[in-house]
Amino acid sequence: MPHDHAEHLSPSGHPYRPDDDGPLSYWQVMEIAVRELLVEKGHVTPEEIAAQIEAMDARSPAQGAALVARAWCDPAFRDRLMADASAASREMGFDIGALHLVAVANDAVTHNVVTCTLCSCYPRNLLGLPPDWYKSRAYRSRVVREPRAVLAEFGLDLPPSVRVRVHDSTADMRYVVIPDRPAGTDGMSEEALAALVTRDSMIGTGLPRTPA
Amino acid sequence: MQPDVPSHWHDMGGGPAGSVPRAEHDFALWEKRVDALMVLMSNKGHFTVDGLRRALEEMGETAFETMSYYERWIAAINRNLVAAGAYDTAELAARMEEVARRGATYGDAQSR
Repeated sequence: MPHDHAEHLSPSGHPYRPDDDGPLSYWQVMEIAVRELLVEKGHVTPEEIAAQIEAMDARSPAQGAALVARAWCDPAFRDRLMADASAASREMGFDIGALHLVAVANDAVTHNVVTCTLCSCYPRNLLGLPPDWYKSRAYRSRVVREPRAVLAEFGLDLPPSVRVRVHDSTADMRYVVIPDRPAGTDGMSEEALAALVTRDSMIGTGLPRTPA
Repeated sequence: MQPDVPSHWHDMGGGPAGSVPRAEHDFALWEKRVDALMVLMSNKGHFTVDGLRRALEEMGETAFETMSYYERWIAAINRNLVAAGAYDTAELAARMEEVARRGATYGDAQSR
C-alpha cells in the first residue's frame, strides 16, 4: 500500500500543513481562477461566497452541544430528537439544510461512534467542518474493524461490558452521538450542561467533560 | 474473510492503517472558499455531491495520498464545472496563467 510517506511527516509524526502565506500553489491558483470565472459569468457573486463562508464559520460544535443539553433536560425533546434529529435541530433554530440527521444515544451499556468509510460525510451543518483526523485513512479504516483500539488512542478505554456500535455515514444520512449525561450534574442549567459537551463526544471518540 | 469483489480504493473500512493522526488545522481562506463554491454551485444545480464524489474517486489513490483535502476538492469541483459547461478548459488555463503571474503568495494573487 502506497501510504508509507514519511517524507511528508514532521519530526513529531504529523503531516506538514502549508501556511497561508506560503508560496502560491497550483491548486490555490485553480481556486482563484475558478472563482473568478464563475463570478464573471454570473454563476455566483462574491457576496454569496462571503455569506456562505460566514454561515459555515458560524456552525460549531456549540450547536450540537446545545442540542444534547436540551435532550438531557427535556425528555419530550429527547423523544423528538431520537425520532427525527433534523426536525429537532430545526426546532432549536439551527439551519441544517436538507441534511438527514440521525441521533444515536449512548447509555450505560452502549457507546456509539461515527465514521464515513467511503469519504468524509459528517453532520457539518450542525457541528461545523470535520476535524482532519475524521477524514484520515487511519480513522476511516480502523474504527470499523477495531473501534476499541481506536477509541483507546483517543484516551477512551471502554470496559468490555459496554457494547460499541459504529455508524457509517453516507452523503444522504449523517449521525450525531448523544452522549450519556455525566454523573454529578443534577440541578445544572441547560447552558452549564452544554459546556460539558465536546465535539468528540458527539462523534463518539470522547465523553462529555465532568463538572469541575 | 475476503470479499468476492475487491473494494475500490476509496472504500477504506477495515483496511490496514497506522495510528490516527491527531493534529488539526484551522481552515485557510482558500480552503473555505473551495468549500463555499461546492455548497453554492451544488445548491444552484450545476452539479451534485455525488458528482463531487465521483470525480474524487476517479482521481485515484495517489491523489488521496499526495494532495490535501481541499486540493482534491477544487480539482473535483473543476471537473464537474467543466462538464456542466460553466466554463471551458481553455478559459481556465488562460486565467490560471494570469493568476499565477500576480504574485508569490495566495494573498498577492487572490482577488477581492
